[in-house]
Amino acid sequence: MTTTPVAEHAAHPTTIDSVVIRFCGDSGDGMQLTGSQFTETAAVFGNDFATFPDYPAEIRAPKGTTYGVSGFQVHFSSRDIHTHGDDVNVLVAMNPAGFRTNIRDVHPGGIVIVNEDEFTASQLKKCGYPDGYNPLQDDDLLARYEILPIPMSRLTRESLADSEMGAKAIDRCRNMYALGMVYWMYDRPLDPTIAHLNRKFGGAKGKPEIAEINIRALKAGYYFGETAEVFPAKMRVPPAKLEAGTYRRISGSEAMVLGLVTAGHKAGKRIVYASYPITPASNIIQGLANLKRLGAKTFQAEDEIAAVCAAIGASYAGNIGVTGTSGPGLALKAEALGLAVMFELPLVVIDVQRAGPSTGMPTKTEQADLMMAMHGRSGECPCIVLAPRSPGDCFGMAVEAVRLAVRQCCPVIVLSDAYVANGAEPWRVPDLDDVPAIEVRHPSRAEVGEDWLRYTRDASTGAPAWVLPGTPGLEHRIGGLEKGEDGNVSYDPDNHDRMTRLRAEKIAKAAEVIPPLEVRGPESGEVLMLGWGGTYGAITTAADALRARGRSVSSAHLRYLNPMPSNTEAVLRSFDRVVVPEINSGQLRMLIRSRFLIDAAGINIVRGRPLNVDTLIERVTELMDGEGGAA
Amino acid sequence: MSENGDATVSEVKLSAKDFASDQDVRWCPGCGDYAVLAAMRKALPRLGHKKEDYVFVSGIGCAARFPYYMDTYGMHTIHGRSLAVATGIKISNPDLKVVVVSGDGDLLSIGASHTFHAMRRNVDLTIVLLNNRIYGLTKGQYSPTSEYGKITATTPEGSLDYPVNPVSFAAAAGCTFIARAIDVDQPGLDEVLRRAIEHKGTSFVEVYQDCNIFNHGAWFYASQKDSRAETTVQLRHGEPLVYGKDRDRGILFRNGRPIKVTVEGGASASDLVTHDETDRSRVHVYSQMSHPDFPEVMGVLYANPERRTYDAMVDEQVRNAEVEDREAELRRLMKGSESWEVHETVDGPS
Repeated sequence: MTTTPVAEHAAHPTTIDSVVIRFCGDSGDGMQLTGSQFTETAAVFGNDFATFPDYPAEIRAPKGTTYGVSGFQVHFSSRDIHTHGDDVNVLVAMNPAGFRTNIRDVHPGGIVIVNEDEFTASQLKKCGYPDGYNPLQDDDLLARYEILPIPMSRLTRESLADSEMGAKAIDRCRNMYALGMVYWMYDRPLDPTIAHLNRKFGGAKGKPEIAEINIRALKAGYYFGETAEVFPAKMRVPPAKLEAGTYRRISGSEAMVLGLVTAGHKAGKRIVYASYPITPASNIIQGLANLKRLGAKTFQAEDEIAAVCAAIGASYAGNIGVTGTSGPGLALKAEALGLAVMFELPLVVIDVQRAGPSTGMPTKTEQADLMMAMHGRSGECPCIVLAPRSPGDCFGMAVEAVRLAVRQCCPVIVLSDAYVANGAEPWRVPDLDDVPAIEVRHPSRAEVGEDWLRYTRDASTGAPAWVLPGTPGLEHRIGGLEKGEDGNVSYDPDNHDRMTRLRAEKIAKAAEVIPPLEVRGPESGEVLMLGWGGTYGAITTAADALRARGRSVSSAHLRYLNPMPSNTEAVLRSFDRVVVPEINSGQLRMLIRSRFLIDAAGINIVRGRPLNVDTLIERVTELMDGEGGAA
Repeated sequence: MSENGDATVSEVKLSAKDFASDQDVRWCPGCGDYAVLAAMRKALPRLGHKKEDYVFVSGIGCAARFPYYMDTYGMHTIHGRSLAVATGIKISNPDLKVVVVSGDGDLLSIGASHTFHAMRRNVDLTIVLLNNRIYGLTKGQYSPTSEYGKITATTPEGSLDYPVNPVSFAAAAGCTFIARAIDVDQPGLDEVLRRAIEHKGTSFVEVYQDCNIFNHGAWFYASQKDSRAETTVQLRHGEPLVYGKDRDRGILFRNGRPIKVTVEGGASASDLVTHDETDRSRVHVYSQMSHPDFPEVMGVLYANPERRTYDAMVDEQVRNAEVEDREAELRRLMKGSESWEVHETVDGPS
């Protein structure tokens, strides 16, 4: 790795172990790019990190309004971290609207760098400040935060004064100017971002002049930090001490895409991914559409129902049918999921959950589709349900989804969420050889023998064979009507009762091949914090902190929700109290209570945002000290 | 199976019996569906494809029970979604011969969107629409092809819906093969079914089918021996549109509109329209020829085998892009473009 020469000559920086930075501005200000570049650099530098992109559903909301604010938070550390951080240490606000919507998340004493050129009377008014008020002159705010007004627009223009580019193009470099300043503050190399800008604009786009002015603005911001002496001491966050191996930055969507193609490869099958555009799941089909070189076929269907039906057809004809969506789309797919349960064909359904109901808050996270995944279909209709706990975990859970769908011949619903899908973390790249092969069998006439019936079940899995059309001598019919073992229609009452049980037993049998639930911390004690999905980081960090304070608190995270690992009940019963934090009104808690008759308590916050570690610590402490908690 | 998208030819000579499954047919006695089933079982052996390469797919409705009665691979899916499932089958394995058989409610009401999109994509499959202009399985409600004013279980004062014309619908969607037949006309059915299944692309066959329980006689004007010659005109490529018991009547187009003429009464045969099944612009005019103002056209209205099929193109894009060493490519992709190495193991994530 090379470093920027100026960094090497810089004064000795102060070493700190962890920083949370949030970049915010208009949705057209390039904040997502700025944040992801900072992340990429932190990754290359060797920090552990977690990110939280937070953007509006509107692509370009009216400029300067609070609802058009886009933000990107990066937590980077020399320690092993699990969340994007509750409190912001450094806020970079490119306009008053960004300042206004984000300032309350800044830790008291935190640094707030603002583009003061944008704090004009009209901009202040546009974001709703009262006439005559300027937050940069508010004594309370100035006392609470270290506010650093910097004329970024002017400085960017001046640094590019000799450029022949238009004013608009120059103004669009402000984000790189800001990034340059922050790079200086944290003693970061510029090279990764310079390389990225050259690739992004200089390559296929053929606009090296755009790359050039962005790079110049980046450097100008960096040099400003060095010479202007407006910033507090330069700080250094050393690389994290991670397990040895090859690492990369990965987002949940990227990991899901990689996991699917890896599973396809391990099964010797194509992935056929059928989907309809929906936030925040569209990144998966877009990612796979670019992986035809690995045999992936993608199909942008006419609607959500067509997408799941095409995936079912794809599995029937012998590939791995996968569909992906978000909550409203999963609701539309419900009937077809019932069909796949009845057919007993492999199917993977990815639900990147977002805040609902209905259109809800499409870009915000939530965990409120668990009950829909478990029960949201007509009839007795069990599916396997999995949930990745972090961006990198999407890789493994995608592979697991394919493995279990193929083994049990049933739909597997993967509950991701907006936070997991859009967030990023360092990921230790697994050795492809360590990913076990996925065994697939399509029997021939000779292999099944003369007595074969379509729904003859394998004793170990409880699943029927995956017989493909095109196989001579095994012609048969399947359908959504209840069937007998031969696949033909049956209205026999006892048969329906038996088939209902067999379909449920088959799902339950998957527990025999899934890993046990692991406890972090002592395996028995006062409180077990039990979670699932994207809250892993917050719950783990909170439980660790409580233990560090001498509290008897352990944590466990369910990645397999149906069936649950076979030791789940034993784990839960080893603690006096089970507390289930969720971004919903208590859906896992309801399952735990109904299944095990364990009186679990809930911490339920439904704000469309990830859970805060401090809030969890506070609520669990209250609960333990007898001050309440939702029961 | 072959790689080039053609199902291989059966080495064994098959008969209609070979395509009959062991299931008892459970349609009402006298239902028009029996005739279509018989025609299908007779047509397939003469096409020469292996029977294991056929997949019959249906939605919900009386007609949708069709796959159970064919001894091929078959899927009885959910209401309206047969074409979405069928599209997935073809994307997954373009070598299979996929035939969708369903009714007017299934394909033109709840599933109309999928019918439209399969046609516009030109997925290589056959759609057989058994049009009885009624919901039979749910006991007699009006369907999207029922005539205006029709009195049914849900329209006691008469339906206020104007019906959709299936052939116009198919033409608007860009369907590359459009044909029509009547359940009682076995030779006509045989011809269009065989041509439809052999067509490369989406082929659409509308069958006038009698529901003798809930809509008996809906097509009698076109199906009965005494009136058929006057109320229908059989299309043959390259031949003029002549009809009538004595073959003395014909159709000519003037300013794009059809006109009925008597052949002996002034118009010579050369003025009559010569059917050109490659001319897409005519399909709409044909579709507007409706009883009682005009005889209704039967046979192959339109056939364009030139346009490439969706599934073949999807397959081609992937095959062109596929790398030889998938394993190496996957390892490269997993590592990404910006990876870094951590050498010592200290305080790893617990």
